[in-house]
Amino acid sequence: MDKTPIISFKNVNKVYDNGTVGLKNINFEIPQGEFLVVVGLSGAGKSTLLRTINRMHEITSGEIRVEGESIKAYKGRSLRLLRRKIGMIFQNFNLVKRSSVAKNVLSGRVSYYATWQSILGLFSATDKQKAVQALQRVSLAEKLYARADELSGGQQQRVAIARTLMQDPKIILADEPIASLDPLTTKTVMDILKRLNQEDGITVIVNLHSVALAREYADRIVGLRAGEVVYDEPIADVTEADLNRVYQTV
Amino acid sequence: MMTTQVPRRPWLQRWHVKPIGWTLVILILLVASSRMTGVDVGMFFNNLGQFTDLLVRMSQPAWDYLPVILHPLYETIQMAILGTTIGATFAVPFAVLAASNLVHNRWLRGIIRLMLDLVRTLPDLLLAAIFVAIFGIGSTAGVVTLAIFSFGMVSKLFYEVIETIDMGPLEALESVGANKLTIIWYAVLPQIMNQFVSYFLYTLEFNVRASTVLGYLGAGGIGVFLQRSLNEFNYSQTAVIILATLVVVMAIDGISNHLRRVLL
Repeated sequence: MDKTPIISFKNVNKVYDNGTVGLKNINFEIPQGEFLVVVGLSGAGKSTLLRTINRMHEITSGEIRVEGESIKAYKGRSLRLLRRKIGMIFQNFNLVKRSSVAKNVLSGRVSYYATWQSILGLFSATDKQKAVQALQRVSLAEKLYARADELSGGQQQRVAIARTLMQDPKIILADEPIASLDPLTTKTVMDILKRLNQEDGITVIVNLHSVALAREYADRIVGLRAGEVVYDEPIADVTEADLNRVYQTV
Repeated sequence: MMTTQVPRRPWLQRWHVKPIGWTLVILILLVASSRMTGVDVGMFFNNLGQFTDLLVRMSQPAWDYLPVILHPLYETIQMAILGTTIGATFAVPFAVLAASNLVHNRWLRGIIRLMLDLVRTLPDLLLAAIFVAIFGIGSTAGVVTLAIFSFGMVSKLFYEVIETIDMGPLEALESVGANKLTIIWYAVLPQIMNQFVSYFLYTLEFNVRASTVLGYLGAGGIGVFLQRSLNEFNYSQTAVIILATLVVVMAIDGISNHLRRVLL
């Protein structure tokens, strides 16, 4: 199968202001439509790696390309357009808890509108329909008018996924999406991500702690240790012993 | 029998050296400052008699005075509402610019904060005196004074609220590709709205009380009548004015409590 890379890292380094090395000489490509899982200990640089793709974190040197274009020079509007096609899911869901589910989901669409339109809440009927459909995909349509903080953790994460769907993303970045969920809701959330990957062809990159989950869902596993890629194999070649190596402490 | 070995407490903690030390320091500072400024605490107790005398004279409110002050009291409330609303409205953008979690440019933030400090430094009585001189005696001077005073107070309260919000939703909106203004509208305002309302009402209550004093300088409202009654030593009228103001303050307090419950 010939797949063109949708994201590519070339000699990417990131050093924090205090001298800590965040990422070290990262080189790899992510083909379109892949379900990639990044594993590694806390502090290995997983979150940093993910956030360099939508420029929520800046890199020190090297080059990242998204859809063949270097993202380094993006500023203002072009940066917002990059972020628009990259959805992001967080460990803490990051919903506005006091707002309704509807408003949270629609907020995923604001980058398609002028500022005054989104502030006045002038979303088109099509987009309101779209919000309902997005909620249907995560089986939460009946919660449209509920306040976000009335929902359970798993439900909040599903609303966050619906918000991301409003962006019409080509890529979804999920940063420890299930770290604050119980095993059952974990499965629901991971299944939804997998379905978006398979049905919509969205490229999904997930940071995980759990090796078992990584093996269950991933097409390919990348292991990070101290900011370096120490492991990179398609799922067919992944063995338990390899993964243990990623979690070595030294 | 097994006994758990409890680690020994260091003697600093064991004898509560720090809390006792601080209490002593504060006591010494209090006594020293009252000595230096010549505040005679004894005088307060010696002259307490005059205070009770005043209370006795105020204890027979002249209720027939009530209809006279209803209109000025109404005017006072209007002044307070207008002043607080204008002040608080202008405070919102300044509070956003002064919040360290929203504005990372230290210079911009510093200049805004310096400005707010300046506004807060001006005492309300001085402001009233200035605006009475500019606009003449009447409620315009009062409203402008209250607006500026509320602006200074509310902007500080507001930006401190903004600095306590959860930054997660802001990160999410940023990752969606929203611009700054949209992020503030969608992720910041919903988080702070109920505290804004609560502080707004607190300021409103404060302004009702403050405007009674402003009346002294001719800034309109109930204060004019308060001054008149005091000048005429007509304490039974003073009592009515104070009680009527108390009712208004209590009403605002009640509304404020109710709204906070509903909005939370």
